Amino acid sequence: MSGPHAEDGGADAAGVRARGVGVTLGERPVLADVSLSAGRGAWLAVIGPNGAGKSTLLRAVAGLIPAEGAVFVNGVPVRALRPRDRARLVAYAPQSPALPPDMTVYEYALLGRTPYIAYLGRESARDREVTGSVLERLDLDAFASRPLGHLSGGERQRVVLARALAQQAPVLLLDEPTTALDLGHQQQVMDLVDQLRVADRLTVVTTLHDLTLAGQYADTLVLLAGGRAVAAGTPDQVLTEPLLARHFGARVRVGPAPDGRPLVHLVRLGGARA
Amino acid sequence: MIPGDPAGDPAAGVATGEDGVVVERPRQGPASAGGAVHGDPAGGPGPGVGGNADGAGAAGGAGGIGGGVGRARRGRAYGVASAVLLAAMVVGVLAGAAGLPARGVALALLDRLPLVSAHSGLTSSQEGLLFQLRVPRVLLAALVGGLLAMAGAGYQGVFRNPLADPYLLGAAAGAGLTVTLVVVFLGGDAGVAAVPVAAFAGAVGGVFLAYALGSAAGRGGGTSTLVLAGVAVTSFLTAIQTFVQQLKVDELQRIYSWILGDVGGGWEQLAMVAPYAAVSTVVMLLHGRLLDVLSVGDEEATGLGVHATRVRFVVLLAASLATAAAVAVSGLIAFVGIVVPHVVRRLAGWSYRIVLPLSFLGGAAFLVLADTVARTVLAPAELPIGVVTAFVGAPFFVTVLRMSRRVDA
Repeated sequence: MSGPHAEDGGADAAGVRARGVGVTLGERPVLADVSLSAGRGAWLAVIGPNGAGKSTLLRAVAGLIPAEGAVFVNGVPVRALRPRDRARLVAYAPQSPALPPDMTVYEYALLGRTPYIAYLGRESARDREVTGSVLERLDLDAFASRPLGHLSGGERQRVVLARALAQQAPVLLLDEPTTALDLGHQQQVMDLVDQLRVADRLTVVTTLHDLTLAGQYADTLVLLAGGRAVAAGTPDQVLTEPLLARHFGARVRVGPAPDGRPLVHLVRLGGARA
Repeated sequence: MIPGDPAGDPAAGVATGEDGVVVERPRQGPASAGGAVHGDPAGGPGPGVGGNADGAGAAGGAGGIGGGVGRARRGRAYGVASAVLLAAMVVGVLAGAAGLPARGVALALLDRLPLVSAHSGLTSSQEGLLFQLRVPRVLLAALVGGLLAMAGAGYQGVFRNPLADPYLLGAAAGAGLTVTLVVVFLGGDAGVAAVPVAAFAGAVGGVFLAYALGSAAGRGGGTSTLVLAGVAVTSFLTAIQTFVQQLKVDELQRIYSWILGDVGGGWEQLAMVAPYAAVSTVVMLLHGRLLDVLSVGDEEATGLGVHATRVRFVVLLAASLATAAAVAVSGLIAFVGIVVPHVVRRLAGWSYRIVLPLSFLGGAAFLVLADTVARTVLAPAELPIGVVTAFVGAPFFVTVLRMSRRVDA
């Protein structure tokens, strides 16, 4: 189940590799034996129907919930690391992050420096410098002193991204980064992630419910259904009519977009209009 | 932007120059359009620490006040809080059933400073009143008020719940019960010595009981579940305490006056709680930054490398120790722990790094004034201090609650 950029074996493989990840909540197995691999600078999207375990997989990879299996970042088994050390390798942004309304954009982004601050220490000049430059990169410097409660949806998403980038981790895990955004802002956020990925050679793993969007931006897709990885590969290999019909229960047509990537669209009951 | 071969030559994929990112400035959302003038000018001095918070407050209304608290503003907040506390203490020392001349008091206090010698002109009974009653009483009120307010702020951070409070969580009721047990069944000197320890055990026990009950009731309930559990625990523990009191009716008056609060304990009481107060205060102040990290939630705090559970546990213990120290010397004084941090947040921002120390100063000033009122309103009789704080605090709390609802909506 390796993407085009994944290395197959070596413990020093760059990027993120997960093997046999399983999660049980209470008695119920939510995720079983899922593996994924994304090399340095690669973008892997986790897709699947509601309740397939996409978010759970991301949280398991981030080490936030107890899970079976092994996760390696640049060859380091991150589940065995102290949270602080792990947070320097993996940055995670949840689907709906808590954004305290009175906290300013700058203060929130500065939280991303937490893994570099000693337990009872305080932010160094370097932490402030990194945060300032991240805000500048994301065009947020003009927003720095604005409270989070005064931001629009697209601005919020960029602020969350800024916090994750301030962690300076090589692997970025984003849970549904485009949720609740309109079309234009979806594109802005995805383009932004893409540019950062290329510029910093970041490994990006996202869950995405929009299949066309996933096919547009990711190099590798992992299709989850019922807690298992039922397909993995390039967008062309995963976004196929039979696979989507079987696992999403949806009538879809898949055709090539002008750029050659697959375009998924729904087909109305009763066929096309006459 | 179409990713070509991302692992390949970056220049082939995205032509954005060396810095990598050139993004169009997005249009401003409707929420920010109204107050769009108050950003830092691009390229200005370090973002976020600039002194434009006043502009943000003016443009954004009440919700904007808690935003970027600049260093200068922080310093000003400490200055104002210290000045208010000092003024409250002066009033507290001067006011009382027996009048003391202000000039004489000032000189007598100066005389006690090292290297200063002044003749106060106070009679020896006036000196005794000043140094054996007024001064320790004001100091004890300040310490108790500071501890209660800071403990309230700490609980609010631990439980991410603005309604958390030493009283709502069962901490004070737990301490009250154990102290009552000690007073009733041990009595005498042994009882007095055991009071702080008993209060701490009771406070921690009360909070953990509330926490366990809240967790057992289900994770989905969130913060309100915890407060409801705390209320249940408080009622239960108070019921036991009442039962114990009724068992020992001859002790009733003693316990009753203690329950309603009293800061007239003098130097011995001060000395007794000082170590507990010092430890809890230092521990809590050191954890301000970590409480700030927790404000984005446990999972994200963990993702940022913080042991969320450990931080909560430590702050919880420290807040309970502070509560216990306060309860042990003063009885049950309500509303300080919930009103003061709320006011501080409104005036000085959200960060626990500033909310904790300012709550201490504010709580101290508040209780010194409350005690002064309690001593003077019905002079020469004294009103229990808890009555004064509840009388001022309850309506005030309702107002604050309404304001915060309106802003959050």
